[in-house]
Amino acid sequence: MKRKHRLMQGNEACVEGAIAAGMKFYAGYPITPSTEIAEISAEKLPLVGGKFIQMEDEIAGMAAIIGASLTGLKSMTATSGPGFSLKQENIGYAAIAEIPCVIVNVQRGGPSTGLPTSPAQGDVMQARWGTHGDHPIIALTPSSVRETFDLTVRAFNLTEKYRVPVILLMDEVIGHMREKVELPDPSELTIIDRKRPTCSSEDYLPFMPEADLVPPMADFCTGYRYHVTGLIHDETGFPSNSYQVADQLIRRLMDKIEMHKEDIITWEEENTEDAEILLLAYGCTARAAKAAVKALRSKGVKVGFFRPITIWPFPEERVRELAEKVKTIVVPEMNLGQLVLEVERLCNNVTKVERVNKINGEIIYPEEIIRKVEEVL
Amino acid sequence: MPSALVEKYFRADKLPQIWCPGCGHGIVTRAIAAAIEKAGLDKDKVCVVSGIGCSSRAPGYLDFNTLHTTHGRALAFATGVKLAHPELKVIVITGDGDCTAIGGNHFIHACRRNIGITTILYNNNIYGMTGGQYSPTTPKFEKGTTAPYGNIDKAFDVCNLASSAGATYVGRSTAYHAALLTSLVQNGLNNDGFSLIEAISGCPTYYGRKNKKGDAVNMMEWYKNHAVNIAAASKMTPEALEGKFLIGEFKNSPEPEYTSEYQKIIDRMKKER
Amino acid sequence: MEKKDVKAGEIDHGKLVIKPAWCKGCGICVAFCPVKALALENDKVVVADIDKCTQCGMCELRCPDFAIYVGRRKNEKKA
Repeated sequence: MKRKHRLMQGNEACVEGAIAAGMKFYAGYPITPSTEIAEISAEKLPLVGGKFIQMEDEIAGMAAIIGASLTGLKSMTATSGPGFSLKQENIGYAAIAEIPCVIVNVQRGGPSTGLPTSPAQGDVMQARWGTHGDHPIIALTPSSVRETFDLTVRAFNLTEKYRVPVILLMDEVIGHMREKVELPDPSELTIIDRKRPTCSSEDYLPFMPEADLVPPMADFCTGYRYHVTGLIHDETGFPSNSYQVADQLIRRLMDKIEMHKEDIITWEEENTEDAEILLLAYGCTARAAKAAVKALRSKGVKVGFFRPITIWPFPEERVRELAEKVKTIVVPEMNLGQLVLEVERLCNNVTKVERVNKINGEIIYPEEIIRKVEEVL
Repeated sequence: MPSALVEKYFRADKLPQIWCPGCGHGIVTRAIAAAIEKAGLDKDKVCVVSGIGCSSRAPGYLDFNTLHTTHGRALAFATGVKLAHPELKVIVITGDGDCTAIGGNHFIHACRRNIGITTILYNNNIYGMTGGQYSPTTPKFEKGTTAPYGNIDKAFDVCNLASSAGATYVGRSTAYHAALLTSLVQNGLNNDGFSLIEAISGCPTYYGRKNKKGDAVNMMEWYKNHAVNIAAASKMTPEALEGKFLIGEFKNSPEPEYTSEYQKIIDRMKKER
Repeated sequence: MEKKDVKAGEIDHGKLVIKPAWCKGCGICVAFCPVKALALENDKVVVADIDKCTQCGMCELRCPDFAIYVGRRKNEKKA
């Protein structure tokens, strides 16, 4: 099959990736700068026998994809800051009830209505701690149109595999920019589906974990007739007030990430072998950071580049290793310092950590990063 | 063993249920099971969804695919279930606070879409689970712990709200008129589109006590003496209807159901490609 | 998690069966039994006069706790 080169928008690549991953249900609500994801889903899903619905608000959108996922359909919703805030309670429900689902947040200038058409990276901590209580979450951040496709496929694979909600944390630049893209042939992709039970319905304990801490998940209405609740529940799925049950459940949910960190965590790094200074950047800012590395290297400055692709869980070990080799880590972000807090927590006693922060709606330019690096040389 | 109905449709090992002595919710839940029995539904194809509150603990006791969701959002979750698998019989159990306060937006839109969901609203005119606060259906001037001087809000007429928002089957009954409630739920299940059945259910612990309605028996007496079936009401004088409230089938006008309309789009697209 | 034996604790009066463990003493069945066949004794329903019972089912219909129900009907063969 002739490879297809296409000029594609980030938001469109997200839908292409979702469909390639097997998405059959989308529920959402219009919000700049993610609306194209809803529009393209509305157009493409019926063609693949899937379902699209525009709900009355973002809360309903998040609720609907959980309902659909419970019946066995791979489901996704997309939004931006204000809608991401509204979805948080039901994201927490998906976390405790272990319902596979993908939530795309195309970040825009915040807080509140903020700068609807401008990029920002101000929802990083919300992606981790947006909903209340200790809960597992995975967040992936693309920095190109092609990677948006790849990470959407990966988001579906991770949520199906671990039954943890996965956030695709994009920003307005990646969402709206267009790039020449060559999409992989579906046959090249590995697609993961959730484990389903093989036992009889009498023996089925819907929340009894296997060795990987993930319980097999029966599709609703296929003969298993089980109960799902947002209350703390035991392996039977029914509510429990027992301290021991609560402790076990919450720790298991969190350990699903801890036990599988190697499989989940991914990053990109360049020029780190001899680096004296490390640029740590993600999303659209990573593109400017790469340009800065190139410019500085040409002037003989030993600068390395590190880009977390999984924001949560954060690539702690690798960042700590690199911290021991460099004099300074510079973290440019389109917020007033969020992911840098993780870097500082991990590396403060080992190396210096510097920030480049911008929250005026404009992207961070390579020159601004270069100026900071030259300051700290 | 318990009655055949309870044996067949309830998770008997989870009984007795948590509701207070004399609370109408158990009666309403049994009436729903009776309706499902009459409708002859396949238990494996029934999904019961609820929100948060006293009413919403009901699915835990019912032997179906049961989903206990977040406060006010049952209908939004249920919409996802129904659209994903239209062949399922989706039932929502919700309360007056759960459905018409925090869940109001999802309620009017589910009605508007006329999506195939049968919703039974357990209306006890109070927030019971959280200890007796007034709700959007607490009658004017009546009390709740958060309306100690009397409620100055106007109460919703849930049936008119559903009907005007687009629900195609609407009816009301009470915990006393349990047999009528069963037939309304059964008709609601047979309606392809959105069915709303309001089940007035006494809360002696909070609503009854706060508003001096007497005990569970007194509240049931009150329903018995103040409810008038809409069929009979048309032949009664205004004086006779004074202080009464209507029960029975208020609306039964089928219209195209949301998920089957969507399936038509999928089929049309297939043909065109 | 073995299933509690729901059979235990039932009193079979033939026309009616009562499960005291589930009864919360709300008195609804007693109040609305058309023939006054039931009564409350220390917060539990008891049969006052089984002969009066016509198996009309009003008690089973309105018991919030499923603690009373119509037993075998005269013509019903025991399954």
